[in-house]
Amino acid sequence: MGGVCDAAMQARIRPGEWFAMSGLQRTALYDLHLELGAKMVPFAGYEMPVQYGLGVMKEHLHCRARAGLFDVSHMGQVSLRPKSGMVEHAAIALEHLVPVDLVGLKLGRQRYAMFTNEAGGILDDLMVARRCDDLFVVLNAACKTADIAHLHASIGCDCDIVELTDRALLALQGPEAEAVLETLAPGVSDMRFMDVAIIDTLDGPLWVSRSGYTGEDGFEISVPVERAEALARQLLAHEAVEPIGLGARDSLRLEAGLCLYGHDIDTTTTPVEADLAWAIQKARRSGGAREGGFPGAARILAELDTGAARQRVGLRPEGRAPMREGTALYAAETGGDPVGTVTSGGFGPSVEAPVSMAYVPVDLALEGAKLWGEVRGKRLPAEIVRLPFRPSTYKR
Amino acid sequence: MKFTEQHEWLRVEDDLVVVGITDHAAEQLGDVVFVDLPEEGTTVSKDDEVVVIESVKAASDILAPLDGEIVEVNHALTDTPAKVNEDPTGDGWFFKMKIEDLSALDEFMDEAAYQAFID
Repeated sequence: MGGVCDAAMQARIRPGEWFAMSGLQRTALYDLHLELGAKMVPFAGYEMPVQYGLGVMKEHLHCRARAGLFDVSHMGQVSLRPKSGMVEHAAIALEHLVPVDLVGLKLGRQRYAMFTNEAGGILDDLMVARRCDDLFVVLNAACKTADIAHLHASIGCDCDIVELTDRALLALQGPEAEAVLETLAPGVSDMRFMDVAIIDTLDGPLWVSRSGYTGEDGFEISVPVERAEALARQLLAHEAVEPIGLGARDSLRLEAGLCLYGHDIDTTTTPVEADLAWAIQKARRSGGAREGGFPGAARILAELDTGAARQRVGLRPEGRAPMREGTALYAAETGGDPVGTVTSGGFGPSVEAPVSMAYVPVDLALEGAKLWGEVRGKRLPAEIVRLPFRPSTYKR
Repeated sequence: MKFTEQHEWLRVEDDLVVVGITDHAAEQLGDVVFVDLPEEGTTVSKDDEVVVIESVKAASDILAPLDGEIVEVNHALTDTPAKVNEDPTGDGWFFKMKIEDLSALDEFMDEAAYQAFID
């Protein structure tokens, strides 16, 4: 999950164009971004760093080779506090909105989830962590206002829904993330993928999860805004760590085969079509202990049982021309109507080739099958491949 | 060297106009990963889209600065598009064109005017 790519990055721009940035919010790290030489762009209502001095390509490669620090404070951090005082009740309530087993989510663990609508489409994707007294939820920046309204309207009777606007969110990702964070927050190296914990540091506690949006091992760190800049500086003081902007965040998640809300998933895509069935545990499926009971369950359970009509796949274009979002896909080199569309695409710096994700009919969604994408009026071949494009390195 | 408002530079070599993008444009574009060059021998009109540059961020068009004929393109960019970032005003050139009258270049900005334009 995450809120990475903005319209400006996807749009066809001419050199020298820039974007007005009035009325935008800033994160606690805004001044630090400028000091680090970031190029700032509007994203989901925030002024965010799209890249720093290294540029997108080198930032991407640095994160894969060593460690990268991301400011993701624009994302929504929400505490769902059960009015009964029993976190089990918050889990039961939230299960009404997501097709995920939260009752079975153990203390100190986190799960990927999605809010669905009555048609089985996806309203947003999110992370849900179970803690002693609450569920801690992280939401996409662009959706957070609507998500919070949705939570109030649907489960406001059972839970206090508290947006934690006094906290920043940093991500430290890459093979050296563990060693770096361990120096400041001893104990993080004992965590495994999707664990969450409150870790004491000399400057106070941090809320840490071992997760991220890059396909790399790493951590997301929630910190009070007044301590965020100091923490970022401490992390950046390690020579292994470079600041990474939204540009590389997008290419990293794309290589990792991770969905970007508003692009690869939205209200018109179901979790099964999006190849996210792995996120729907047995307890919520047909015949499970708490079968259904979430918006769009009829369609989503039917698709889990008998398959969806289309599916999200990985695409490797031949040659070097990227097939970007919106590229129409055809089953043949000439003639016929489009059979699908690219939802994310660009150049994968670690794959050293263009990579895309697309929706295609299931009968065409075969590994190794060839499709053609229309790029500037020419149909160029691409092969359907298994996702991710690059194996993840999570510490499970 | 002359400059267009589309951030191209134009340089006359052997009566041909060599066209590339400026340092400023290359920096704005970010890392270039693919360059789609025109065919040699193509006749173009001013403002025709003749080159597509794909960077890690987006696709951008390079427009023909003048009417003329594309007589040579920089094939090296096909395999090493990064040359556009490494040396935009040298090895990163895109194409050479033949134009009727080289005095047409006079209408474009000189270096000082271009600096003022981007500042």
